[in-house]
Amino acid sequence: MIGLIGHSYSKAQNNDVGSVHGSFQIDAQYYNPDSLIGAPKVPEKMLSNAFGIINYQRGKFSAGIRYEAYNNVMQGFDQRYKGQGITNRFARYQDDLLDITVGSIYEQFGSGLIFRTYYEPGLLYDNSLDGIRVISNPYKGITLKALAGKQRSFFTVGPGIVRGVDGEININELLDSTANANIKTKVIIGGSFVSKNQPETDPDLIIPENVGAYGGRINVIRGGFNFFGEYVMKENDPGLANSAVVNGKTIYSYKTGDAVFVSASYATRGFSFLLQGKRIDNMSFRSDRDASLQNLMINYLPATTKQHTYLMPAYSPYATQPLGEVGGMAEMQFKIKKGSLLGGKYGTEVTINYSHANALSQIGVNDTTTHSTLYKTEYSQAGVDLYHDFFIEINKKITKKWKATIMLSNQFNNVNIVQHNTPKGPYKNIKSKIAVVDITYKYSSNAAIRFEAQGMLRDNKDTLNLGSWAVGMVEWTPNTHFFIAALDQYNYGNPVENLRLHYFLVSAGYTSGPHRISFSYGKQRQGIFCVGGVCRVVPASNGVAISITSSF
Amino acid sequence: MKKLILSFLVAASVSLFAGEGDKIPASTVKKLDGTKVNSNTFTNNGKPIIISFWATWCKPCKKELDAIAENYPEWVKETGVKLIAVSIDDVRSSGKVVTDVKSKGWEYEVYIDENQDFKRAMNVNNVPHTFLVDGSGKVVWSHNSYTEGDEEKLYENVKKLAAGEALSH
Repeated sequence: MIGLIGHSYSKAQNNDVGSVHGSFQIDAQYYNPDSLIGAPKVPEKMLSNAFGIINYQRGKFSAGIRYEAYNNVMQGFDQRYKGQGITNRFARYQDDLLDITVGSIYEQFGSGLIFRTYYEPGLLYDNSLDGIRVISNPYKGITLKALAGKQRSFFTVGPGIVRGVDGEININELLDSTANANIKTKVIIGGSFVSKNQPETDPDLIIPENVGAYGGRINVIRGGFNFFGEYVMKENDPGLANSAVVNGKTIYSYKTGDAVFVSASYATRGFSFLLQGKRIDNMSFRSDRDASLQNLMINYLPATTKQHTYLMPAYSPYATQPLGEVGGMAEMQFKIKKGSLLGGKYGTEVTINYSHANALSQIGVNDTTTHSTLYKTEYSQAGVDLYHDFFIEINKKITKKWKATIMLSNQFNNVNIVQHNTPKGPYKNIKSKIAVVDITYKYSSNAAIRFEAQGMLRDNKDTLNLGSWAVGMVEWTPNTHFFIAALDQYNYGNPVENLRLHYFLVSAGYTSGPHRISFSYGKQRQGIFCVGGVCRVVPASNGVAISITSSF
Repeated sequence: MKKLILSFLVAASVSLFAGEGDKIPASTVKKLDGTKVNSNTFTNNGKPIIISFWATWCKPCKKELDAIAENYPEWVKETGVKLIAVSIDDVRSSGKVVTDVKSKGWEYEVYIDENQDFKRAMNVNNVPHTFLVDGSGKVVWSHNSYTEGDEEKLYENVKKLAAGEALSH
């Protein structure tokens, strides 16, 4: 019967009734309490996160919904994700001149320093704007955007209204094509204005109900060179994020905020160089002045440090400090040619990266009025070291069957500020020396075994941290559908002798086309999980986990 | 509201049986020179297209694109296929897209989907996710994740597509 309906629909599709597509993801875990590793007792025993997305498109019209269900939300996520419901729905019409969306909107102005709404299911991060957006291309090379709405906050929206406009001009496209062909330099400029409104009734404080932010950007490309720079500024925006407690009383800062981000690169076949720098001062910009953590952020402040994927180097990641930081990174990548002594038969890839972040030096302001900025900063002065990381990775295909990656990383992390947000906290700075070896043996055209060994040396006398680790992993893919893996993370350097534990985890999975199912069983250590610039802390756990993802 | 969801679900299940075979949806992506391009204009003169979603921080994605790069000139010669690599890096790492592509020497057509509009329109949950598009611009096959040897299966399907045969997973 269903087959018949399907048949008739597929025929009808030729007459353009539109198309329906979507995706699902379900994650569930059964939790055993384990006091040794710090896995808490979970009263529900089993927790799950799930979502389903369905999109409809017909010609220039599209619409979609997302349904989310938390029964209850898994460990390590904000407990305010409770229950289930439709959290995203939109309708959109777009043609070459006009693009109009009503409903839940994802948008980014420039690099996102001033405005970015996005969805990251792995972190349960969703700051979508529930409202209207109009994008127009009135002339070749010109894009104008305008939007207004309220941001998603768990199963509702935040109290503040966000409004914004953005314009971008691609100078080369503006010029006619014959003139353009002779110009080797490409230039794109843009500017944005974003304002939020939130009523305030506090009789003692004069708090601005409207807070504006504005910025400009430029992108210049010539040959292998690429330069991008953006500067944004925010008016005084007193709120919980930049407040201070003085003599038991919360006082707000009326300081303005600003941020600058620059990225310059040179790339040619087999060689590249990248330089990035940024400075952020008082740029926590939220549509609720009382919001905290990752809630109701209007803008996006990227971390400019190396984004690690192996377990040990990603153990203590860096997170952007919206209230103040200055930092940057330099990265060089090159490929040693095939046939040379070091290049071998297939060539050798080398990546060298150094990244650094400092706090800003805050100079106290002696001002007892209700409009105090509390502190000021100078561009010429940096504060304490927050993080640095020197990193080398060598990637080599040795023969048709063998591939290897060797990675070294030397990290410094001021965890009092970066992880615990307590500048005078009790933690010692963590210094880590990390090595990773990753070897793949492809023994047939579609089957392989992969081995990973990782070591991380740390101070084993620092009782507030867990000390050194050794990690071993083996993963077998007997065919392209199936995998099975065993992982052991051994905390051999724990300052407490009876906590020098092995964290064993076995996992297996099956993939067919766009469908994937995977299981794992065992112990997972406490960790920090990051995607993009946003991180979440995942508590230790012991149990069975299942994950299903599918799209159609 | 419940009725609405139900009708959506029915429509969705029907679409499953109707199979893949819809045009590439419209989204704005950026070329490496900053020019904006609408994804519904991707063409390859009637030949198959591979669309591969990847990110500079995604190890399996880069393994897959490296594996394909070894034989890409042959693939192009034999079937006329074109690979379009769509990076979902946000501004934290989007500056690394051009440096990765050039230093690796990839010959693909590369776009940046910085706020993931195209990723959402194509219903991609995580990367790598690879699609096959036929000569008439219809999406006919997709695959999530990468394991060693997946590239050969992908190429078998490219050849079948070029020859007008049925595809397999």
